[in-house]
Amino acid sequence: MESKEKKPLEKVCIICAKGNLEDVYATLVMANGAVMEGIETNVFFTFFGLDGITKKTMNNLHTATTGNPAMRMPGGLPFPTMLGGLPGVESAVSGMMRKQMGELDMPPVDEFLEMITAGGGTIYACKLAIDMFKLKKEDLSSEVKDIITIGQFYELCDGDRTQIIFT
Amino acid sequence: MPIKTIAGVDLNISEEGYLEDMTQWNEEIAKEIASEIGIELTPKHFEVINYLREKTAAKEALTIRQVGKSGIVDIKGLYVLFPKGPLKFSSKIAGIPKPTSCI
Repeated sequence: MESKEKKPLEKVCIICAKGNLEDVYATLVMANGAVMEGIETNVFFTFFGLDGITKKTMNNLHTATTGNPAMRMPGGLPFPTMLGGLPGVESAVSGMMRKQMGELDMPPVDEFLEMITAGGGTIYACKLAIDMFKLKKEDLSSEVKDIITIGQFYELCDGDRTQIIFT
Repeated sequence: MPIKTIAGVDLNISEEGYLEDMTQWNEEIAKEIASEIGIELTPKHFEVINYLREKTAAKEALTIRQVGKSGIVDIKGLYVLFPKGPLKFSSKIAGIPKPTSCI
């Protein structure tokens, strides 16, 4: 007989390996949403995703204005790739995007990280990527709990109601 | 729509246990819903609950960030008051609809 018992998710482990504005925010929204649902949450930032937890870069993330077919002008017309390549355009577009997100009450990255840890979520940085980019713990947001290896990350992913999400 | 008697009042509630009509709410109902969740309400809880009810009556979408900036309690404190459901449980106890916000 089929069992109708619900088996709610107990833990999520989210990996962020990209440093675009939208990739980091996808991670943060999913992580914060999980924490708010009472789901145990671990977030692992690696490779370019480290920009999302590096003090110097985290509140100034960019979205790509070239090679991004979904990019539109205000009003909905396609955004010409040539225009996207001009100096300053990516910065301006990204600034506009962050402003629009702010209007929807989406917090800046540093505050978002605080919200996640305030609810008991845990943020980690990848050791290999930290070594590769020559970063140190003090370069990272104070919300980052630890720099860990991939093996340690998998140890955190135990439990049969755990999901790993790669954004 | 299921009807449930809480604190001696017949209430219309959603499948998930949220009050359908926030005007039917009173503090006794709040206490009973809270005890079902496993929360004992303190005056601080009621400050948050009343804030949520005011904002809902004013048709403002609720986020935990807003509550954190309300001056009543910070986000960490909100999680202490309503563990594992800072917005979900507080809304249920406040007799307002299930939150639709993602933040």
